[in-house]
Amino acid sequence: MSNFFKDTDLDLKKAEKLVSDTLHNCDDGELYLEDTKSESIVLDDNKIKSSNYTTDIGYGFRAINGDVVAYSHSNEISEKSLINSSKNLKSTLKNTKGTYNYEIKKTNQKFYKEIDPIEEKSLSNKILLLNKINDYSRSIDSNVKQVTANFLGEKKSVEILRSGGEILNDVRPLIRFNVSIMVEKNGRKETGVYGIGGRQSYEDYLKNDNWKRVCEEAYRIANTNLESKPSPAGEMKVVLGPGWPAILIHEAVGHGLEGDFNRKKTSVFHDLVGKKVASEGVTIIDDGTLDNRRGSLNIDDEGTPTEKTVLIENGILKNFMQDRLNARLMNTRSTGNGRRESYKHVVMPRMRNTIMLNGKNTQEEMINSVDKGIFAVSFGGGQVDITSGKFVFNCTEAYEIINGKIGAPIKGATLIGDGPSSLKEVLMVGNDMMLDPGIGTCGKAGQGVPVGVGQPSLLIDKMTVGGTQI
Amino acid sequence: MIKEENYLKNLAELCLSKSKSFGSTDSNVVVSNTVSESVNIRNKKLDGSERSENLSVKLTTFIGKKKASISSSNLKEKNLEDLVKRCVEATKITPDDELNSLPDKDLYFVGDKNLNLYDDTHIENEQKINFIREAENAAFSNEKIVNTNGSGFSETKSNFVLANSSGFSNGYKTSNFTAYCEVVSKSNGSMERDYEFSSRRFFNDLMKPEEMGKNASELAIKKLNPKKIKSEKISIIFDKRVSKNILSTFANCISASVIAKGTTFLKDKLNEKIFNDKINIVDKGDIKKGIGSRYFDSEGVEVKELNLVKDGILKDYLIDTYYGKKINKKSNGRSSGTTNLYFKNGEKTLDEILNSSKKVLYINETIGRGANIITGDYSVGASGVMVENGEFTNPVSEITIAGNFNDIFKNLVLADDLEFNFSTNSPTMLIEGMTVGGI
Repeated sequence: MSNFFKDTDLDLKKAEKLVSDTLHNCDDGELYLEDTKSESIVLDDNKIKSSNYTTDIGYGFRAINGDVVAYSHSNEISEKSLINSSKNLKSTLKNTKGTYNYEIKKTNQKFYKEIDPIEEKSLSNKILLLNKINDYSRSIDSNVKQVTANFLGEKKSVEILRSGGEILNDVRPLIRFNVSIMVEKNGRKETGVYGIGGRQSYEDYLKNDNWKRVCEEAYRIANTNLESKPSPAGEMKVVLGPGWPAILIHEAVGHGLEGDFNRKKTSVFHDLVGKKVASEGVTIIDDGTLDNRRGSLNIDDEGTPTEKTVLIENGILKNFMQDRLNARLMNTRSTGNGRRESYKHVVMPRMRNTIMLNGKNTQEEMINSVDKGIFAVSFGGGQVDITSGKFVFNCTEAYEIINGKIGAPIKGATLIGDGPSSLKEVLMVGNDMMLDPGIGTCGKAGQGVPVGVGQPSLLIDKMTVGGTQI
Repeated sequence: MIKEENYLKNLAELCLSKSKSFGSTDSNVVVSNTVSESVNIRNKKLDGSERSENLSVKLTTFIGKKKASISSSNLKEKNLEDLVKRCVEATKITPDDELNSLPDKDLYFVGDKNLNLYDDTHIENEQKINFIREAENAAFSNEKIVNTNGSGFSETKSNFVLANSSGFSNGYKTSNFTAYCEVVSKSNGSMERDYEFSSRRFFNDLMKPEEMGKNASELAIKKLNPKKIKSEKISIIFDKRVSKNILSTFANCISASVIAKGTTFLKDKLNEKIFNDKINIVDKGDIKKGIGSRYFDSEGVEVKELNLVKDGILKDYLIDTYYGKKINKKSNGRSSGTTNLYFKNGEKTLDEILNSSKKVLYINETIGRGANIITGDYSVGASGVMVENGEFTNPVSEITIAGNFNDIFKNLVLADDLEFNFSTNSPTMLIEGMTVGGI
């Protein structure tokens, strides 16, 4: 079953004994083993710019007592290395008398297949397709001056050894396909970026010439921006399109509802459970169980099965997202949100697929109701200050709204808002919920993990738009 | 303990010889080893410890003008052999690119290594904890500091060898000691955070913990009970923590890759005035103990001092071998980006800048990645403090600032307070006529 000790001086028995000996006086901990294969092929400036294949194997040994976490990781899987790690953990956690919590829920749930997406499509086929993508993108319009396209494929195998001999596994495929197109017209340059991906094979995403639609969408955004005028500055009404703009949810409330910030009382939400934090009709969930989605996991990186966690229900704050450590310290249970970028990183509560559910309104109603505002369709990325609650996100495609009608496209601008108040400013929730195309990576404390978002169209009463026109 | 040079060199040689035996005509390999130990505390109590050990190989093989690469942390000989083989096989099916090659031989670094980039000092975890506890103690001496986001201390030692089939083989050790203290202030229902941070090659050069805690607490308290302000055109001052980001964005706009592809608003601006004539920008790789110092770049090319901007005129790009060929220029050793990049000091004192107009907005922090290097448009979220008649008055938050780098570069005025705390450094900066988005 375990391949991690093949060609090493360790076997499962020896490893289990070391784990149990190290952790028996601790509250929690595990030996996390990981084997990742990844491939990146980049076409840029009409050439295959790089083709890189990476294998990374290693372990992270963690011991927890009370609220103190000791972590030691290495890419050398050997008896000597594990013993050194064990000593290192014990030196941090001196004289501990914890009670190891053995209980971990079992699951047979599978939300994706155990495939190796890298090997399912040969390198020469991927190169051939990237060249076709380049030719096709350039054929759309003679204004297309640069095309960058890339394939990223990954197969990550994880194995978790807990004290007492429990073993949990997961094999996680992941792919991503991205196209960036630069257009130039009358000396003005703009770019458009679009991508798709998830936990299936390349063919599942690229079949039926689906890749052409990715190129067309990147081109459409770039071309729209060629006509864009300077963005207004100041507070105004904002209509958000469905799907990817849900990074608003991710930044405005998602991070603030992660267990660690609330246990430490550094999140603005820490004392608001049961209170109204959003307008009526706003329901937000964090779901790790959607088939083949980028943010889905069979088990999290501590072995807990993932689930669909209700965060906000009809405006009322219901739950935080928890890993085992923060759940134990807050007297609740893990929601299966314990994640880490790799064996080189400590576990933290992280989002999976964070989604606002459908309401009743149509996008048309929202736009018709706005005298002066903006309609934001696509975003680059976002960021949040958990403590003050202020968050931003950058529009990459937006339009002005004047007297209930969509007007000219406006230049990319940053939107800033306040997490706890912005969801109270939601005036209408749409009936057109959409998930993002599968390209999101969330960064926290230097760790990036794949996530998903989704939402229907939304009308927000006021946000500050970072344009140049007053 | 980190691995010694001989061990890394042997692994590098093994990769080069295996590549050749599988059919590569050229190859380039980096073997690197990093050992890092850190501790974190929160509210003066131990929160965690982390120890990390990494040894990895990155290999690029060439067959004529074809190129592919692999990287791995699984260095068992059998696995390494399979990977080298896979790399060469991938090279064979990758299309020709006439720009692919190792650097010109006369550009390789051959000098002495005397920059003092490695401090052998080992700080035991107990001592690390005491250091940052002292910082938190100092921060908590003000009653408005009610919590900490955590404070930490990390010690990192690295060694690497870069070798290629042209006979280049060199490497060196570096060390880094980093401490930070991040605290939460609270007053009248407002909660804010801020931090102080120090990172040095040598332990003894770190900022003293007391000063660190005091600075963090003052910064966090200064932000309490912020107001939103009306949208307006106003002069703004960027604190040094923010002004250095303007310089980083400038660097992103002049790398040979974006120049060659035309994906920067500074394309075709060489020898043109892009800043006002008071502005000078230098990238200097050979500062002793410098955080950004290095002897050679990731291709082995010597890192020479560059005067990127002289009296406001763009004089040079950041060039690697591949894109250098594309724009008909030799590599200047910037395949790994900038080294110690800085604006030379301006002529005004900080006080003069604060008094430059009746009302200016001092920005402590920006949030979001709002720089578009193709159009030069800039729009970010921000927080700061209003300065009226030279005095700091009320804190401001939930605002945006926006403009275009063409204007920002021409309008910026620098103070004379340059310090070397990061690899990219700038004095305090004044920019006239930015748009602030507020209520």
